[in-house]
Amino acid sequence: MRIPCPHCGERGNDEFVYLGAAALTRPAADAPAEAWHSYVYLRDNPAGLHSELWQHTHGCRRWLVVARDTRTHAVFSATDAAV
Amino acid sequence: MSRLASGGLIDRSLSHRFAFDGRLYNGHPGDTLASALLANGVRLFGRSFKYHRPRGVLSAGPEEPSALVELRGGARREPNTPATTIELYDGLEATSQNRFPSLGFDLLAVNNLLSPLLSAGFYYKTFMWPASWWEKVYEPLIRRAAGLGRAAGLPDPDHYDRAHLFCDVLVIGAGPAGLAAALAAGRRGARVVLCESDPLLGGRLLAETGEVDGMPGADWAAHAEAALRDCPSVTILRRTSVASVFDHGSYVAVQRVADHKPQPDPHEPRQREWRIVAKRAVLAAGGFERLAAFSGNDRPGVMLAGAVRTYLNRFAVAPGKSAVVLTGGGDGWRTVADLTRHGVPIAAIVDRRREISPEQHKLAAASGAWLHLGAKVTGTRGGPALWGVDIAGADGVPRFVSSDLLAVAGGWNPAVHLTSHLGGKPVWNEAACAFLPGALPPGMAVAGAAAGTFALSAVLAEGAAGGAAAAEAAGFSGPAPSVPQASDAAIAPTPIWIIDGGKQKAFVDLQHDVTLKDIALAHREGFVSVEHLKRYTTLGMATDQGKTGGVAGMAAMAALTGRGMAETGTTLHRPPFTPVAIGALAGHHRGKDFRPARLTPAHRWAAEQNASFVETGPWLRAQWFTQPGETDWLQSCMREVNAVRGSVGVCDVSTLGKIEIAGPDAGALLDFLYINTFSTLPVGRVRYGTMLREDGFVFDDGTTARLERDRWVMTTTTANAPRVLQHMEFVHQVLRPDWRVAFISVTDQWAQFAVAGPRAREVIAATLDPGENVSDAAFPFMACGSFTTLGGVTARLFRISFSGELAYEIGVPSAYGDALARRIMAAGAAFGITPYGLEALGTMRIEKGHPAGGELNGQTTAIDLGMGRMMATKKDFIGRAMAQRPALRDPQRPTLAGIRPLRPQDRLRAGAHLLAKDAPSTIAHDAGWVTSVAFSPSLGHWIGLAMLTNGPARHGEIVRADDPVRGGSVLVEVVPPCFVDPEGARLRG
Repeated sequence: MRIPCPHCGERGNDEFVYLGAAALTRPAADAPAEAWHSYVYLRDNPAGLHSELWQHTHGCRRWLVVARDTRTHAVFSATDAAV
Repeated sequence: MSRLASGGLIDRSLSHRFAFDGRLYNGHPGDTLASALLANGVRLFGRSFKYHRPRGVLSAGPEEPSALVELRGGARREPNTPATTIELYDGLEATSQNRFPSLGFDLLAVNNLLSPLLSAGFYYKTFMWPASWWEKVYEPLIRRAAGLGRAAGLPDPDHYDRAHLFCDVLVIGAGPAGLAAALAAGRRGARVVLCESDPLLGGRLLAETGEVDGMPGADWAAHAEAALRDCPSVTILRRTSVASVFDHGSYVAVQRVADHKPQPDPHEPRQREWRIVAKRAVLAAGGFERLAAFSGNDRPGVMLAGAVRTYLNRFAVAPGKSAVVLTGGGDGWRTVADLTRHGVPIAAIVDRRREISPEQHKLAAASGAWLHLGAKVTGTRGGPALWGVDIAGADGVPRFVSSDLLAVAGGWNPAVHLTSHLGGKPVWNEAACAFLPGALPPGMAVAGAAAGTFALSAVLAEGAAGGAAAAEAAGFSGPAPSVPQASDAAIAPTPIWIIDGGKQKAFVDLQHDVTLKDIALAHREGFVSVEHLKRYTTLGMATDQGKTGGVAGMAAMAALTGRGMAETGTTLHRPPFTPVAIGALAGHHRGKDFRPARLTPAHRWAAEQNASFVETGPWLRAQWFTQPGETDWLQSCMREVNAVRGSVGVCDVSTLGKIEIAGPDAGALLDFLYINTFSTLPVGRVRYGTMLREDGFVFDDGTTARLERDRWVMTTTTANAPRVLQHMEFVHQVLRPDWRVAFISVTDQWAQFAVAGPRAREVIAATLDPGENVSDAAFPFMACGSFTTLGGVTARLFRISFSGELAYEIGVPSAYGDALARRIMAAGAAFGITPYGLEALGTMRIEKGHPAGGELNGQTTAIDLGMGRMMATKKDFIGRAMAQRPALRDPQRPTLAGIRPLRPQDRLRAGAHLLAKDAPSTIAHDAGWVTSVAFSPSLGHWIGLAMLTNGPARHGEIVRADDPVRGGSVLVEVVPPCFVDPEGARLRG
């Protein structure tokens, strides 16, 4: 797989580390236990478009949000998670 | 001798001497092992996998199923190498395989008579009873009798390389289509990589007689190669097979750099794995001629008709003295023409059709062959070599023809393999009578025979158009490419799959000995889907992956089910296209180079001190320093501990992760990372902290020092250093991007040493430049500051202690690490300063009850480790919410405790389980486990740390440490985890 890093250009996936779903929001400190349980443990497993976090560990070390099709590995976009 | 008097792409001026099964032969540069042996009249190359039937050469390329040999000897012995791909070199040694005692006389050919027992699925049926015999009797017997070559069994003495290439257009295959594609793309200035598995460019042009642009095909190929060399943007990789296709234009190819030599030149790799990234690819891999399934089709002397032409035209070898040509259409008549032209007598021509063209009648007449139209071959005769062919004429009358070569033109399979690597299924095409590429990998186009186009003129046009289109798509436009001209007509494909009649075995997989009978059996037993058929019969699962016979097997199943080829389909081709040596994939990553070893800046100093090193993560660290007279590690370790506790020692702690943090929000970040509060820490002070994962379990621990108001330096454990940095980057970039903070790993930038023991302050004072004040008042416990040493070199000093003694850690820029180690040794000489290693460090931390690897195992919480009260209540931090879960606060959870043996001489073992004193050793009574043990020189007996249910409430209780694996059950007393100086008087001294 090749990932188009917004800072470094297109690079092979061996330069990156995968984390998981990017669409999670960390609950507030006093959020109910269910919210925390969901944030830490529950994940969708879509067949198709998936927004996910990859870190360019052997490049700019930025965490990226990569939109990818889990069936074809087609990558639609990669943006900096902080921007 | 079967060498033709003239012609061929061999260098007759030079001779290569080589050995096959110990006999010496001669060949020429340009030969393969197969062509050279055929030229010497050798027909028998090996014995088959299951039935030990004699086998010869079927093909002239990488698709070869039968002529597999062991190449070279000793540590360089390589089994199952197709003789058809081995380039001849002077001194080559090869051995036939799977025969006992010799190739000519093989005792295990008795398997051929036992074949009713060895049919498809025989593993599951024949050797069922008694069950216990399978492992002890049947499997070893089968493994002895079946199988192919023997691995060397020795470490590979050669090395392998990996390299990367980026290009606009990757052209796979340098036959007519590939050459035309590479020329079209290269002339537009695109970066082209042209991969060809053969040592010569040209593909079928080297094997056929057709002309291109008015010159013989081989000459045109040489011209094309010269033209490509004139394109500066073209890279030609010969002896390079593209093995695999991956996502987004990534390809892996293997180059056989030195396989054509007795051994690689000095520093030359044997093979090189190329990782190629291409914007576009043109697959011009050609096709493989297929073997028709008929009675006795495996006898040495049965050869693909196209391979016969290759041996005649390229290698100047007559593969027989008298040939029979079996064909279903026009392709076999090319072989008739070439045999006639080279003066090889043709005994008979068997064409499955009843009518042929006038030109073919003329060819038949010129050859003098007995022409059989509408006829078929019903059997072959001979022992280890063919001597005759049984033919049934259109009238059904059987006839026998003496012949030692049966050329079979069964039709061609496009080499669609690489189009399937991303899941595309080949599609049956009735007009081409072949499976053609289905959905293609993005960016790939197919040209020539691989796309089902076989007429040379069309192949060249398709290649040129494909190359130009690929260049265009990669951003290189230009005029339409000039198309090389050839004047051949298309030959209608007329395949032969199966010829019925005859009583001998009819093979569809020569390497795995799969016959038509096996297909019929699979059909009867319900293994009808091609994927089931493949696995039940092992059709196409040998090293050749069924390149010649596979489709005939599918056709046999299609005939049995009556479903037709389109519906029957074909199995999916997976990487690699041809076998790849594991060494090529490993590259240089083997033995001690499996991964790089990181050495600390003072590594050489430690080696001079006679250190024994151990791998910890990527680092080599000193484990202990053996002194004269010491015979085991425990002796050295105890001496080192006693030295630290009695006077002073020095330990290289450079491997601990060091992360420098700066910015106004650094304090907020640290508060968020650690369970305890850091933002209140005064400048010039250090604090110990613990980090959790978001699920509430302990992640890492270490100290963080506040050097300036907005400048901090964190330490992590050696093992977790990369993960902690990554975690911090996640927290900052994903969770708190608004915080004004920056951080970076400085592990490699600072060399750091712990100086520990009652005399540590004096040593540190003498290590620093004169005038620096490190008195307890000026620099108390948990202080940090900047000093100078070595005559003005910045030194960071931290008064922290892992050993429990008065201790400092001193860090200098890495370049000064070695000098600092020597300076510390000189400063401590008066006190007998002793270098200590990981074992002493570990022993002292167990004596002090500090949790480390065994306790920080990802399953323990801060409460479990006795750090529950460190968790701040008035701030949010990573893991806070989940750590509050009731189950994680349950006092019945195993919690950190110390243990000591009731009888002082008893040895403790890490991993032992703890049980109530009289409880039986069952999991129901399990009360925890021992995490770390050490022999304590300070106490004179073994001590241990353990995770014990309700541990803190059980101090003083006697429990049993049971170690059924290593034997032994020891009674131990539960004690607080800190064994030495629990009040901490020493470290504050």
